[in-house]
Amino acid sequence: MEKSNNTQSRRSFLKVSSITGGGMMIGFSWLANLIPHEAIAGATATKDWIELTGFIKIFPDNRITILSPNPEFGQNVITSLPMLIAEELEVDWKKIKVEQGDYDTPRFKRQFTGGSQAMRMAWKPLRTAGATARFMLLQAAANEWDVPLAELTASNAVVTHKASNRTITYGALATAAAKLTAPANITLKKSGEFSLIGTPQKNVEGSKIVVGKSLFTMDYKQEGMLIAMAIHPTAFGMKLKSFDASEALKMPGIKDVFEIQVYKDGYVKAGFDTRTFNNLVVVVGNTTWEVMNARKKVVIQWESFEAYKEFSGMGNNKREDTIPAGLESTESHMKQMYEMQKKPGKVLRKDGDPEAAFAKAKKIMEKTYSAPFLPHNTMEPISCFAHITEDKALFVAPIQIPDMMKQSITANLGITADKIDMKLARMGGGFGRRAYGHYIVEAGLISQKMKAPIKLIYTREDDMSNGVYRPSYMVTYKAAIDENKNVTAIHVKGGGIPENAIHENRFPAGAFENYLAEGWDIPTNITIGAFRAPRSNFIASAEQSFLDELAEAIGKDPIDYRIELLKKAKANPVGKNNEYDAERYIGVLELVKKKSDWGNPKNKTVKRGVAAYFCHNSYAAHVVDLTMKDGQPVVQNVVSALDCGVVVNPEGAKNMIEGAIVDGIGNVLFGGLRFEKGVPIQKNFNQYRMIRMKEAPKKIDIYFVQNNIDPTGLGEPPFPPIFAAFANALYKATGKRHYHQPFINALNKS
Amino acid sequence: MAKYTLKVNGKSIDVDVDPSTPVLWVLRDHINLVGTKYGCGVGSCGACTIHLNSRSLRSCQLPVSAVGVQEITTIEGLSDHGEHPVQKAWLEQDVAQCGYCQTGQIMSAAALLKSKPNPTDEEIDSYMSGNICRCGTYLRIKEAIKTAAKSTTK
Repeated sequence: MEKSNNTQSRRSFLKVSSITGGGMMIGFSWLANLIPHEAIAGATATKDWIELTGFIKIFPDNRITILSPNPEFGQNVITSLPMLIAEELEVDWKKIKVEQGDYDTPRFKRQFTGGSQAMRMAWKPLRTAGATARFMLLQAAANEWDVPLAELTASNAVVTHKASNRTITYGALATAAAKLTAPANITLKKSGEFSLIGTPQKNVEGSKIVVGKSLFTMDYKQEGMLIAMAIHPTAFGMKLKSFDASEALKMPGIKDVFEIQVYKDGYVKAGFDTRTFNNLVVVVGNTTWEVMNARKKVVIQWESFEAYKEFSGMGNNKREDTIPAGLESTESHMKQMYEMQKKPGKVLRKDGDPEAAFAKAKKIMEKTYSAPFLPHNTMEPISCFAHITEDKALFVAPIQIPDMMKQSITANLGITADKIDMKLARMGGGFGRRAYGHYIVEAGLISQKMKAPIKLIYTREDDMSNGVYRPSYMVTYKAAIDENKNVTAIHVKGGGIPENAIHENRFPAGAFENYLAEGWDIPTNITIGAFRAPRSNFIASAEQSFLDELAEAIGKDPIDYRIELLKKAKANPVGKNNEYDAERYIGVLELVKKKSDWGNPKNKTVKRGVAAYFCHNSYAAHVVDLTMKDGQPVVQNVVSALDCGVVVNPEGAKNMIEGAIVDGIGNVLFGGLRFEKGVPIQKNFNQYRMIRMKEAPKKIDIYFVQNNIDPTGLGEPPFPPIFAAFANALYKATGKRHYHQPFINALNKS
Repeated sequence: MAKYTLKVNGKSIDVDVDPSTPVLWVLRDHINLVGTKYGCGVGSCGACTIHLNSRSLRSCQLPVSAVGVQEITTIEGLSDHGEHPVQKAWLEQDVAQCGYCQTGQIMSAAALLKSKPNPTDEEIDSYMSGNICRCGTYLRIKEAIKTAAKSTTK
């Protein structure tokens, strides 16, 4: 252990190269620049603690802090991930303090919020970190008392030697423990031995949230900080030509108006450097309202851009895309997509002889589904704090995958990676939007230009009209039905702007002898990105609506028909690359059938719909009960069945599933950004309809399949199937199938 | 610029700002009360909800010049340490996901319960539908309002 000089707090310095058991590298690193997270809230007290495993701080008075590595955007990993550490560390959860770790991926190994992978990827490493620290504390006690380690027990942050009736706190052992070498092998608890995992625990930041403590980037403040806003072109397909800031500069409180180029010429973009508008006009001033007013006075000329090439990729995985010129509209998008549906697509998968099956079919059922672009509309609009000085590039950033921004920050700000000091502020929502951290570079460029700390704020209008949307999609499902009402072939064909949503190896692939999947895509200059369960969120809505209609056409119960197909796929899977476990799929369908009293609903006035889906490693099924009132659907109840393996924190898990259900119903009913001549038409919540409390389900009942499978995530899996469960219930209630999202358009016409 | 003496959370505070400045930005930029959130700036999301006297109101739509002697209460002034029944109920129901909208939701809920101590489901739906929660915590918000109602009327 190395002791710091007296101006810094003391922390342990130790490097442990690797630990088996979890296969994880646990780093003990000296972080000269580490500032306690409370710095964000303004406190500056220095504290003395001993750090174990990089995730645990132990204070002499036995207070214990656990660092949560992953950025938090509402999925509540700031509670569930530290629970994994606490379980093995043997501490009283109620006494644990949790802190958000700063951006330090070498130390934490994984700081990635996205893809529903946090729990799955942390399951072994974080328990190993807790168990390793516990072992080292026990070993320190064994050394101290000169007794065999096996005679010691650890509980509630105290080590006990029963034979001699002695106890000692972790706080008293930490200094000695930190000098020990971490064990090569650690045995983790088995399921059944857990005392914290599997118990409902409340959000560790709840008490700060309800009193309005400063937690978000928007709230961050520093002495001398200026406010910046960036004006982007009014339409996709346009770029900055020139601007006149003379009037704006006369406005009170305004410091400067200038242009920034976000990505340098020739910069090869990394995977999350999405941005259409590369040249922006920036207004900087003392306060938000002054900047908001002054930006209206900037006179800007925009001009159409020519098609251009964009280079992206990392390592050997380089790609070149042509970004088309032109001002696109929703109407022309629909026309283009229907055109593409008439042409042959790229064959993604083919089993058997689908052409022959369709030629012989007695009846062919064909249905086309579409969905619009969706803005993420996180409640906290995009924002970022930056203060770039000679020594340091300080950021307070709401970012889902901070390490993915390193290349862009260093290349476009011309700084070295060791200068980056990034605090991961709690995000006011993410849903994929905050994987695309162009705003970090923008904030950095503005700070460099102003030589001052600045906070970049997007207005709601900036946020909604700036790009990175869920793509617009279309897909056609076709089924060949023989004279005995057997489905003999399935054909799925579709695409999107600019990517298709087909997962050709997912169910119902594997359940049909004859199967064909074809895809296409249409380039666009509208920037798109991940949106809660990318691609799945559309394809599930189409596939699960189609299967419902198909079951009806052949006279089968929609749950029984799905189970029948899955049993077939399980017993005799067609094809090789089927990406699902039919048994777990059947599990959620059977559970939802039972829990919803599917055949015999208690409430006879409701109409019901079902859907199930598998994505991001977890299985979900929903039954939606709805009634109609004044021509509008009212969701009376949703029953959900989930299989995500072990449920680490049932309280947080249920909250997230409820949220996915509300989010899905909102998007299938109301979601959709329209374009005219490249302009996103809706720009704020007075024009863009979001689901509100009165439209949310009256009740949601959630059930988990009980098993001991290692946990998988829940941020995304419950989202895709709710679209179709709602659509199928709506059909039962109205007698009309809806194929084109958002459904509100057709509902309001009928 | 103009000078105003505002009554915020029981204290008198002097500010020197443009008369058109919305109270939202006076609170956030000038008084450092950041619990009141910016969400839309057009009065459509409820993230900036405060109380003016005892009425709930969107602070992004209220110019500072219109406040006069009326008393402003923000989330920071709803209680000293989060002990308002609505705040306690929010914790009991573990409402928050991202948490950004929740201070506005709490301010709306507190105003609702002040005027209607025992609201029906329909009254809660109607009153609270001015507040958007993008994470979709509406069911928990409703439960928390009922929990708070029970705790104050029993």
